[in-house]
Amino acid sequence: MPLLEFSPNGIFCAQAGVYIDPWKPVQRALLTHGHSDHARPGHQFYLCTRAAQPVIRHRLGPVSVETLGYGETTWINGVRFSFHPAGHIVGSAQVRVEYRGEVWVVSGDYKLENDGISEAFEPVPCHTFITESTFGLPVFHWKSQERVFGEINAWWQENLIQDKISVITAYALGKAQRILTGLDLSIGPVFTHPGIENVMEVIRAQGISLPPTRRLDPSLRRRDLSGGLILAPPAVAAASWLRQWKPYSLAMASGWMALRGNARRRNADRGFALSDHADWTGLNEAIKATGAQRVVVTHGYTELFSRWLESQGLEAASEKTAFEGELMDMAPPEAEVTE
Amino acid sequence: MKRFAQCCTEWEHTPSIHDKRDALVRYFREARDEDKLWAIALLTGNRPKRVLALPAMKEWAAEMAGIPLWLLEASVQTIGDQAETLALAVPPAKEERHFSLSHWIAFVRQTGSLSHQAQQPAIQAAWDQLGCEERFLLNKLLSGGFRLTVPQSILVSALATYSGLEETILAHRLANPWRPEELSFSEFIQFRQPQEDLSKPYPFFLAFPLEEDPEPALGDPSGWIAEWKWDGLRSQLIVRQGRLFIWSRSGELVTGKFPELHAAPDFLPDGTVLDGAILPYKDGAVAPFSMLHARLSRKSLTRTLLAETPVAFMAFDLLENGRIDLRTLPWFQRRQQLAQFMAAIDPDSGLLVSESLSFLDWSELRLLCQEARKHACDGIVLKRKASAYLEGRRKGDWWKWKTEALNILAVLIYVQQGPDRMGEPQMECTFAVWEDRRLVPIAKTGAGLTGMEQEEISAFVRQNTLERFGPVRSVKPELVFEIAFEGIQLSTRHKSGVLLRSPVIRRWHKDKSARIANTLEDLKKYI
Repeated sequence: MPLLEFSPNGIFCAQAGVYIDPWKPVQRALLTHGHSDHARPGHQFYLCTRAAQPVIRHRLGPVSVETLGYGETTWINGVRFSFHPAGHIVGSAQVRVEYRGEVWVVSGDYKLENDGISEAFEPVPCHTFITESTFGLPVFHWKSQERVFGEINAWWQENLIQDKISVITAYALGKAQRILTGLDLSIGPVFTHPGIENVMEVIRAQGISLPPTRRLDPSLRRRDLSGGLILAPPAVAAASWLRQWKPYSLAMASGWMALRGNARRRNADRGFALSDHADWTGLNEAIKATGAQRVVVTHGYTELFSRWLESQGLEAASEKTAFEGELMDMAPPEAEVTE
Repeated sequence: MKRFAQCCTEWEHTPSIHDKRDALVRYFREARDEDKLWAIALLTGNRPKRVLALPAMKEWAAEMAGIPLWLLEASVQTIGDQAETLALAVPPAKEERHFSLSHWIAFVRQTGSLSHQAQQPAIQAAWDQLGCEERFLLNKLLSGGFRLTVPQSILVSALATYSGLEETILAHRLANPWRPEELSFSEFIQFRQPQEDLSKPYPFFLAFPLEEDPEPALGDPSGWIAEWKWDGLRSQLIVRQGRLFIWSRSGELVTGKFPELHAAPDFLPDGTVLDGAILPYKDGAVAPFSMLHARLSRKSLTRTLLAETPVAFMAFDLLENGRIDLRTLPWFQRRQQLAQFMAAIDPDSGLLVSESLSFLDWSELRLLCQEARKHACDGIVLKRKASAYLEGRRKGDWWKWKTEALNILAVLIYVQQGPDRMGEPQMECTFAVWEDRRLVPIAKTGAGLTGMEQEEISAFVRQNTLERFGPVRSVKPELVFEIAFEGIQLSTRHKSGVLLRSPVIRRWHKDKSARIANTLEDLKKYI
């Protein structure tokens, strides 16, 4: 029996009797990070990194959560588990699983670029590496975040001249904080939709310093926001909510924005290709750095990516999971959706 | 070229005409002079000829990306657009270099004269110094696939704001043959052409849509006259100093497109301006506008095309007679003069006059309105008998009253998910109605779908594809839509035997099953 298997409930370690990021309610769950497709409610016991815990508690309420620091070890029925930085969002981890000399790594979601907030990705040597493939096509090459921030600030500045409010949609956990740290606050004030500010508060409370933001509340009018920038979750940025900020310019920040047409199809004025997932080069580098001979490809372009890995002489398999990758409501029409 | 790429992106991203126009104005302000005429040429559909096909470049891109060809091809399949996939697959340039649009146009031409072997290093070197947007543009230019065309009215308006020249003058200059290689932008702006003032049209007066019943709204019917609302190209036909100019309502000089009317100066006295519509006109009868549409979209007119869809000019107003501006006269006086001199005109001239429809009361008019379709019209226009010829779309004196659109329930059977075609609708859907328990296709359209609906349909297509025919997929016949259309005619070229005019998706009936869709029989009742 393999050390980890893909059961209907999630990634399962039979020897230890625990699941990693299970999508159905189970007894014991190890979580790679706090995004809702990885951290689901309903499990009896949770284990995650110390830095991921506040958000998970915020999202899941009073559940039983134990934590480990990065690199610390816990033994469960002879199986050795430890968390290692995945660079995806604050507190995100790869889970290293070792039993009788065999090592597997479940990488969850990851990126290689150091974004300055998340604990930077560290390659963990292993025999079998379980990787995502959200952007596992050779067309995805991210620009450095400094360049993207430069573009965002230039867009903001331009909007200011045209007296438009800048509205940028970003995932509340991760992307929103990352963009915030890249904004040039000399241009104007930053406002946050409550859905984002709630998460900002959690992150600030755990001692991570973030630039100042102001929570949008019903007392604020259009004129109070002049020259400002609003961070809003993608689901909120519908026409009915946006109307009150007219005139505005709407931008989306997502890896999917690397493709022409994706922003336009969602009626956005601008798309910034900024992702918390690894790009093509990143995926390949990460896999190489683990030295793994065997790679299991999950969520994303699984079939193509595993075929590519095989052509590179690795043993590769693809597995279905319930992970969604990056904002699946932004997937291009032809993206393979793992369900 | 970066600035031009940015302009295209801005243009594509905003749905607002105003913002699109602003994007052009900003481009003209910021671009180099040597590039502006090229930009205008590209945006008006004058792209360089194809130098080589995109598939020929795939191997070069795969080589640079260090990936096998099958992976690049699979990526093309996934992304949908070859030019874009190639631009993205080549690893990012270590150092981007920026050259002007004219530099790259020259590059495209030079590349065309190279051997295939010599093209490879030239193009790879070009890719290696460009950002993604520019690479994409270069790929489109190389493959003759640049398709962002800007409506002339918006282009002219942006140029007018930028240059301070009058729109009609700019439109005139654009309509005359010019080549960016032979002209500088400042010459284009400064060089006055002798006929510019001669050709000047009047601003069009447009009817306002009538949304309420005329009975109380318009008062006494005796103050009004009705005309058929001709479904054609609204235009002004101008004869001055023996020369003919035809302007479309969008401000385009379209004289060259209608050779049938070129004899007009032989029939009309000097200093005449007619307001009317250009209509497809065959064997003494007005034909559906869709026929003309095919002709208008062609760049060059062939003899067959002219023979298939001849046109006539249906005049309904006289704006200038003997060089005198008549616009302030009441409508009935202008009409009298129009009738007088049109009566003397040879019917072979291609010039017709629209009849006035008199009516005693509003209910009689309502009946007329419903009959409009029989006359190849889509409604009627109501004009106050005493109305002057004003400017623009105004309430009060001219009203258009459209016959109600027809509609049916049809089932979605094919979907074509277009690659990114620069500004055109992404999705083409084919709809069918029942005939003997089979579904026969009756309309293909993407119009009327919101972005979100397109997404939802895409999701449905992913899970319900039956077969693929190139880019077209047949899907399980489950989704029901209400399709509105303006007319229907028999057709021998269509499987169903009918052709719908201007079909638009009006509503998605998510609560209904395919069984309740209409039958072909139902549809034919509308003929």
